Amino acid sequence: MSVKQDLSVFVRHRDGNVAGMELAVDGIRCAGCMQAIESGLAREADILSARVNLALKRVTVEWREGALRPETVIERLSGLGFKAYPFLPSAERDGASREEKRLLRCLGVAGFAAMNIMLLSVSVWSGNSSDISPVTRDFFHWLSALLALPTAAYAGRPFFESALRALRAGAVNMDVPITLGVVLALGMSVVETWNHAEHAYFDGAVMLLFFLLIGRYLDELMRRRTRDLAGNLAALKAETATRLSASGETVVVPIAAIARGDLVLVRPGERVSVDGMVESGASDIDQSLVTGETAPISIAPGASVYAGTINLSGALTVRVAAAGGGTLLDEIDRLMAQAVESRSRYVRLSDRAARLYAPLVHATALATLLGWIAFGLAWQQALIIAITVLIITCPCALGLAIPAVQVVAASALFRQKVMLKEGGALERLAEADTVVFDKTGTLTLPDPALVNAGSVAPEVLRKAGSLAAASRHPLARPIALAAGNLRPIEGVREHQGLGLSALCDGVEMRLGSVGFCDAEVAAAPVAAAFPTASLIAWRHGEASAVFAVDQELRPDAEACVQALVRLGLRVLILSGDRASAVAPVAAQLGISDYKAGLRPDEKLLELDRLAAQGCKVLMVGDGLNDAPALAKAHVSISPISATHLAQASADIVFLGDSLAPVASSLRTARQARKLMLENLWFAVLYNAIAVPVAIAGLATPLVAAAAMSGSSLIVTLNALRAARRSGAPR
Amino acid sequence: MNILVILFPLALGLGLVGLLAFFWCMRTGQFADLEGPGWRALQDDDLPRSPGRPAGTHGPQIDVP
Repeated sequence: MSVKQDLSVFVRHRDGNVAGMELAVDGIRCAGCMQAIESGLAREADILSARVNLALKRVTVEWREGALRPETVIERLSGLGFKAYPFLPSAERDGASREEKRLLRCLGVAGFAAMNIMLLSVSVWSGNSSDISPVTRDFFHWLSALLALPTAAYAGRPFFESALRALRAGAVNMDVPITLGVVLALGMSVVETWNHAEHAYFDGAVMLLFFLLIGRYLDELMRRRTRDLAGNLAALKAETATRLSASGETVVVPIAAIARGDLVLVRPGERVSVDGMVESGASDIDQSLVTGETAPISIAPGASVYAGTINLSGALTVRVAAAGGGTLLDEIDRLMAQAVESRSRYVRLSDRAARLYAPLVHATALATLLGWIAFGLAWQQALIIAITVLIITCPCALGLAIPAVQVVAASALFRQKVMLKEGGALERLAEADTVVFDKTGTLTLPDPALVNAGSVAPEVLRKAGSLAAASRHPLARPIALAAGNLRPIEGVREHQGLGLSALCDGVEMRLGSVGFCDAEVAAAPVAAAFPTASLIAWRHGEASAVFAVDQELRPDAEACVQALVRLGLRVLILSGDRASAVAPVAAQLGISDYKAGLRPDEKLLELDRLAAQGCKVLMVGDGLNDAPALAKAHVSISPISATHLAQASADIVFLGDSLAPVASSLRTARQARKLMLENLWFAVLYNAIAVPVAIAGLATPLVAAAAMSGSSLIVTLNALRAARRSGAPR
Repeated sequence: MNILVILFPLALGLGLVGLLAFFWCMRTGQFADLEGPGWRALQDDDLPRSPGRPAGTHGPQIDVP
């Protein structure tokens, strides 16, 4: 098949007449693959450099501008035995990696300063108990100040900015007490140093920033890992469209290169990759991935088609949609916006802790100040004690308590091929008490399969299979697969909208619609046995047979539903498909609660009703019509085969045909939440011990440093249990 | 104790060099791939190909480990 391809959107142009492209490569496993690719590409004269990133499974290739077409790189890689997919660098990803780099820089600066200040502080502490001269002590304190103040101004920005944002929005988050603690500690230490005092808290303030930045960075790292893998998967899907140019030429281009108003050709059997209006041609369209409806619908010029649907019978030319009102996509966009808004009202565990924690700590500090003044201490000294209370309660352990658990749990899930979009999803997942499944593509496999193979003679299946192998029609594929992917017989003719025919032993053999093959009589019992299936008939002279092709349940759907019920969740099905298709699935899975034929907005209403009953809903879905519901539900999971929009709006994405990740990630999330609460309680316990010490005025910088690092260590060690337990046999 | 006036800035300066080295590593993408370079060190791409086996020769090609 010589199809012209155009990959120029993926090429990045650099200075010095160099063009480059990044490719996600399937099947890089070891250093051997790395060497094979690098040395293989280095042999090509046109290629300036090729470098494999083994961790990300990507290759960056550079060549002199104009010396090479980007398609040739892919050809050469496939010549080496590797399938490569071009990779589009997105602005969103660049922004996220900038944020990650900034955090790492802050972490580096804070680490450098913390170590050096600690070096100075240990000298002062040991000097204080022997005979350090006040001049040396002052010198050390000033040196600490010189390090600590610029460091806090630089490395503290992530916290200061977040605290300011929260305060402006009239809320309190964990960063408010952190900012207050750091600023007060530094201010007080400068004043103390000025007055030649014995204690300064520069070490505490910078160490606090260092530990908290570790937590922040871990959080960011987890999200990056998900992003990288999701990016590779998106490239591996390699969605392309066939663009029709004005001169009638067809070029296969990646989706990213398609603009509004382009004309796109969709052949029968292809997945539609754009949203648009049909210009010419008529066909049947399988919309199951979009609406959940499994029965195909007919489509004519003027009708809308959506990305993710499958064109069954005729070739279509589609004008890529400009934003026309009233389309399904607009409707879904509008619903999404509403749904996301309602989701954002969720308050994360750490913020809830901060809401309780901040007023309590600040009230304690104030009470300490007033108490000591009433007790007859000078106000300056009372103020110092009050500030030490703030420093020692500063939520170092609290800041690490949640991110550390999230990172460990997310890595455990990652190994089971479950990816979290954000750490907060774990908390929400742990709270879920109701599971809502979509049917099509979620409970069932995304691709249809032959369901009555047992009742068809093997000889018939073999013949039909060799005929079906000649077609790309989605209903012919399962038959060809069931027959064992035979070599197609020769001289097959495709009859648009009807089926296939070929001469076999001098007699015409047909495979196609029941009417095309005159198989109404044989079709009736099959239709009765498989009410939801699409029927494909086969005729060869007098002999005939009828195949039933249907969406099969995922292999472990039943086990998954049972596991969820055992975990104490209520299971429901909300489907866009017709009731006659949903009922048997629900019956097979033992789910009594199901609703069928729901439009996207009706799904939202249904979720609202559940939320009003106080249910925390976990939505599992994959279709375009599920996207608003996924965004609206308390928490949502999508298989990676889902439509783009559904993937983007789900909190958690999993790979593979099995539904087991739904139950196992729920278990991990509950375990993680338990550990988070344990950590929070530990922080409370720590404060119960440390605060009286501070109120009594006994908290020297040494005590503060020991308490801070000790508590952080315990919290982190406790978090490590999140991986161990969830990896245990179930 | 006056030696401290020299020693501490010296220690800080050394630490600062480490920090700058860290920044340089980040900017030049040393942390982009943490797996590959370890293996790359084991590659023999700097050795000339063995003269007894010119490119294109057919026959048994057994790599001696």
